[in-house]
Amino acid sequence: MWVLRLILRNTGRHKLRTILTILGLAVATMSFVVIRTLISSWYASAEVIPPNRLVTRNAVSLVFGLPLAYEDKIKRVEGVESVGRGNWFGGLYNNDPKNFFANFAVGPEAYLDMYSEFVLPPEQRADYFNTKNGAVAGRRLADRFGWKIGDIIRLTGQIYPGDWEFVLKGIYKGSQQGVDENSFIFHWEYFDERIKQTFPEMGGEAGWFLVKISNPKQAAGIGAAIDDIFKNSPAQTLTETEKEFSLNFLAMMDSLIAGLTIMSYLIIGVILLVLVNTMAMSARERMSEYAVLKTLGFKTYHISGLIVGESLLLAGVGGVLGVLLTYPVLDGISRALQGFFSGFAMNSLTVILSAVFMVVVGILAAIFPVYRALRLSIVEGLRHVG
Amino acid sequence: MPAIVKISNLSKSYRRDSIRIPVLENINLEVEAGDFLALMGPSGSGKTTLLNMIGGIDKPSAGDVFVGDVPIHRLSDAALATWRARHVGFVFQFYNLMPVLTAFENVELPLLLTRLSKTERRKHVELALSIVGLQDRINHYPRQLSGGQEQRVAIARALVTDPTLILADEPTGDLDKNSAEEVMTLLSQLNSQHGKTIIVVTHDPRAADKARSHRNLDKGELA
Repeated sequence: MWVLRLILRNTGRHKLRTILTILGLAVATMSFVVIRTLISSWYASAEVIPPNRLVTRNAVSLVFGLPLAYEDKIKRVEGVESVGRGNWFGGLYNNDPKNFFANFAVGPEAYLDMYSEFVLPPEQRADYFNTKNGAVAGRRLADRFGWKIGDIIRLTGQIYPGDWEFVLKGIYKGSQQGVDENSFIFHWEYFDERIKQTFPEMGGEAGWFLVKISNPKQAAGIGAAIDDIFKNSPAQTLTETEKEFSLNFLAMMDSLIAGLTIMSYLIIGVILLVLVNTMAMSARERMSEYAVLKTLGFKTYHISGLIVGESLLLAGVGGVLGVLLTYPVLDGISRALQGFFSGFAMNSLTVILSAVFMVVVGILAAIFPVYRALRLSIVEGLRHVG
Repeated sequence: MPAIVKISNLSKSYRRDSIRIPVLENINLEVEAGDFLALMGPSGSGKTTLLNMIGGIDKPSAGDVFVGDVPIHRLSDAALATWRARHVGFVFQFYNLMPVLTAFENVELPLLLTRLSKTERRKHVELALSIVGLQDRINHYPRQLSGGQEQRVAIARALVTDPTLILADEPTGDLDKNSAEEVMTLLSQLNSQHGKTIIVVTHDPRAADKARSHRNLDKGELA
């Protein structure tokens, strides 16, 4: 109890230094948490993809399509439950590049059914399937542009030229945190029909096939079996789980993510240096007091406890303040990114990681002062002027 | 009276690089229980070093130091810490109070290492502070006290555990004449009224006048 009291009083001795140290720790912790949140959010949508879905695409590149005839052949592979097809549309809302979002042509009905994590009210689902140019948008996307059911959404094709009008028939929600709520989907049949009318040579091809399998443990075997069928065809396939597919897609930003990861750990180093500096100064000033405590009979663990306790207290207060400051900052970033991330929120792992780092930093920052205090002879300490 | 401190053939030297610097040479000294001894001598004569040996905060290079029946020159650092807590009260020239603790809390510090309850500790601290005449300053921080008052708090801290020995290193060195007089009178009273064995290091003859016996150190040797 007295150790705690002495730690608290010591912490308040140089108020300005303590406040600046805590603020430094808080800002560094906040930066760490924000960066970690950006990194985890980047991968969040891939993390929630069920393991029972595979994606079959052209082995050369996603840019090249696959013949529709592949669909029936894939359906016949053992372990495959259902197959759907999709094409990246790449349309811009109001023809403004700032309005970028993912938009796909998907079909048939089974495709949407495979996305069990997209929660769509039954009446909206029925309306969507009964409307030739119907579309379904994610909740965040609809919120971003203020869309309501029945609105006409006009997309200007960047790959498939022309203005395309869709009627918003459904707004889906994610069944859990992290599910993508920023996508816009419409009927593949409508897409293919229009393509054939204007660019006949571009129709009749799927960008990829989405494959639902009965046993996720057999994903690798089923994927290999699918690819085997088309091994000697002009359009060879590459089949992987949808999660792998998404991660490969996200890997385009790997260098940036790696940079951010390195930066997050450098911030931990900065936190450590801030605290090491403060603790070294504090301990140096108190050498004569440690000598007095030793003279009075206090043991090495008492002295160590005082130093480590103060270091942990500063790290703890700075860390907690940093995490609290992160909430409004993340809120601001989320607004600025206009729902770019599906699950842009601090996750518990980041908080736990911050707490662990703070404890480690608190202990590491105390090592040198403790070493000096314990090595110091009483006689030398009593002569010490802080 | 039996000797409470017995020092025989004590030498102490320090090393600076490869040079041996002798501080104390072949010291033999006995201090009787209940004595009030003034160790005098010029600066650098080894007074403080000798006091540190008696208090177990420094170890001799050669020779024996017995306090009571305890050969403290043979004790480990941890055993010495325990022994000091029970048997020695220290008073320093610059008081060495903890600035973040009140007078009460400073005096209470040595008692935190005992098994006394909070209530018992309070009684001891109040008694010690009343002996030094500071019962009305218990909640004052060192910065709110004069130098003389700070030294009296330090004396209260030294006597609160009822130690075998009180060792004071230049207790008046940082005080004005009146405060110095008060502090030495207080130490004298502790000796005469409470029977405490006190060893004071000083180079101030007026301060030494309060002591019962005197020994002079010069160039590391006892005269």
